[in-house]
Amino acid sequence: MAYLELQNLHRDFGTVKALNGIDISLGEGEFLSLLGPSGCGKTTALRLVAGFDRPDQGRIVVDGKDVTTISPNKRDMGMVFQAYSLFPNMTARQNVEFGLKIRGRDKADRRNRVAELLDLVGLEHAADRYPHQLSGGMQQRVALARGLAIEPRVLLLDEPLSALDAKVRVQLREEIRRIQLELGITTLYVTHDQEEALAISDHVAVMYGGVIEQMGTPAEMYTSPATPFVAEFIGTMNRLEAIVLDGAEGDVEHSGTRLRVAAARGRRNGERVLVLIRPEALELEAATNGASANSFAGEVLTQTFLGPVTRLKVTSNGTSLIADLSTARAAALPVGARVVAKVPSEGAKLISLPDDGPGLPVLDLDDQ
Amino acid sequence: MRLRRGPALSSYFWLGVGALYFIVPLFATFLFSLNKNSTGKCCTLDSYSWVIHNGDFWHTLRVSLLLAVETIVISLLLFVPTIYWVHLKVPRLRPVIAFLALIPFVVPPIIMVVGLLKVYKGTPDWFYAKPWGFLAAAYVILAFPYTFFSLDAGFRAIDVHTLTEASQSLGASWPTTLLKVILPNIRAAALSAAFLTLAVVLGEFTIANLAAFHTFPIFLQYVNETQAYPAAALTLMSFGLTWLAMLSLLLVGRKRGGSRGVVGGAR
Repeated sequence: MAYLELQNLHRDFGTVKALNGIDISLGEGEFLSLLGPSGCGKTTALRLVAGFDRPDQGRIVVDGKDVTTISPNKRDMGMVFQAYSLFPNMTARQNVEFGLKIRGRDKADRRNRVAELLDLVGLEHAADRYPHQLSGGMQQRVALARGLAIEPRVLLLDEPLSALDAKVRVQLREEIRRIQLELGITTLYVTHDQEEALAISDHVAVMYGGVIEQMGTPAEMYTSPATPFVAEFIGTMNRLEAIVLDGAEGDVEHSGTRLRVAAARGRRNGERVLVLIRPEALELEAATNGASANSFAGEVLTQTFLGPVTRLKVTSNGTSLIADLSTARAAALPVGARVVAKVPSEGAKLISLPDDGPGLPVLDLDDQ
Repeated sequence: MRLRRGPALSSYFWLGVGALYFIVPLFATFLFSLNKNSTGKCCTLDSYSWVIHNGDFWHTLRVSLLLAVETIVISLLLFVPTIYWVHLKVPRLRPVIAFLALIPFVVPPIIMVVGLLKVYKGTPDWFYAKPWGFLAAAYVILAFPYTFFSLDAGFRAIDVHTLTEASQSLGASWPTTLLKVILPNIRAAALSAAFLTLAVVLGEFTIANLAAFHTFPIFLQYVNETQAYPAAALTLMSFGLTWLAMLSLLLVGRKRGGSRGVVGGAR
């Protein structure tokens, strides 16, 4: 049964539709990430759940109770903000204790709870430090402890890691997930970082233009994007606009190259489709006799070292492709080398495109 | 590489020039105040004794200090919540209020007092005829620019939105948020507003004189016109008293903790 429900939420700011009818249903103890680029409406949705803003239309239901019009201080939502939000006039301990004091909990109870939470976030040694004496990561840990201290019904996190450096970000996101699982708290997490969302969530909802493009498990989002935008936004994807030539066999054509894609079977002949291939699924090898079946012959344009893998950009008659190879294999295919990029018939995904519109592109592959 | 060992010699020179600019007049006034009122010869503390034993001195000082406290309290009660609300909910009104705050600078006190006397004419005697009513109201207006710009700077130095929302998400009401979260973090700004208001009230002459109230600056001016040496003593004493009052405010407003009062981070 759903514990947190966002039902048909609408929110306009003047002529801008920040939210255009979003529906979310989250079970108790589950972790959902709202993922999307700036301006997609994810923070607006979170603020509506927190009570800092009111929807123009729709309802927010927590544990069967409509909380849409309840003021934020009566909602029991723990929140961690993007900006450092600790009260500068209070120590870490006093910050964590604040919500408990408001609730009139007795001193001994407060002391135990604060010690427990500071221990949970590994900061018991810093309890008497003021925020300006803590690093960014430590401040966000205290903010998390403060949000959890009140035993909230839902934990809301608004890009809590975006101001931190990369290493701390990875450490802290793992800690957030550990604590969330340990406490079994229902969590709504806003981020624009797809790697972050995929790493720690039970479910991910990709938002764009005030609507949810797709919602599913991280694996579903990665392997089966439902829309061109999701395909573009989650991970890196080779996207080839194509026409179905033979729906029975699964043959499509892209820029004069005929490809056989299992996912195209059963499609209408002449249908416009988008063939999606992950860089790690593209097979790259040195060219010997030009292009073979289901492949593009081309030239290595750039190599980008990414540690265990190297990303190669290949160009073939105006088509740009990206392939990830183990760094050892990539050494054999230097920039300028003639290569053949094989499209795996089973590994490619397909998305229908509208017959009369471009539908693409949204983002540039070079940015990925 | 040569390490710098301290400030350059020129820094001390200019510091000395600055110090002399302030200290020489005070010292000259002090020397002058040591002359005997009847003979004009040095050196005696008669002028200080005369001031201390003058009933009007204590009466007007009391009136002015109480007026200062009243003005500070009214100004902070009025403007802290207002400026907080403007920063939080209607930031587009900030320039309008900043413009209004400049008016007491632009309108000369002599014009202001004539206007205020007309506006408040017909109000009850407990307001119109008493310094605690009429003068306090006038001083709140007079101190408005100092109060506004000090508090505004304080609110701009903190992330009002995030602190408020953090406090509310933890269950705090508006008054609790203002008192426990916002106010402690604009303490320095509120103190500076109080200092400036204190200085304005303790030195204001025109309004009090035209409205016929007997305050400390009126007494100071009267002594200055009639008795030269006690006037010098009184000037020095009022200088010291103002500093003492500011020090008291600082001590009262000082906090135990180590807050810097600034919240960083992107929004």
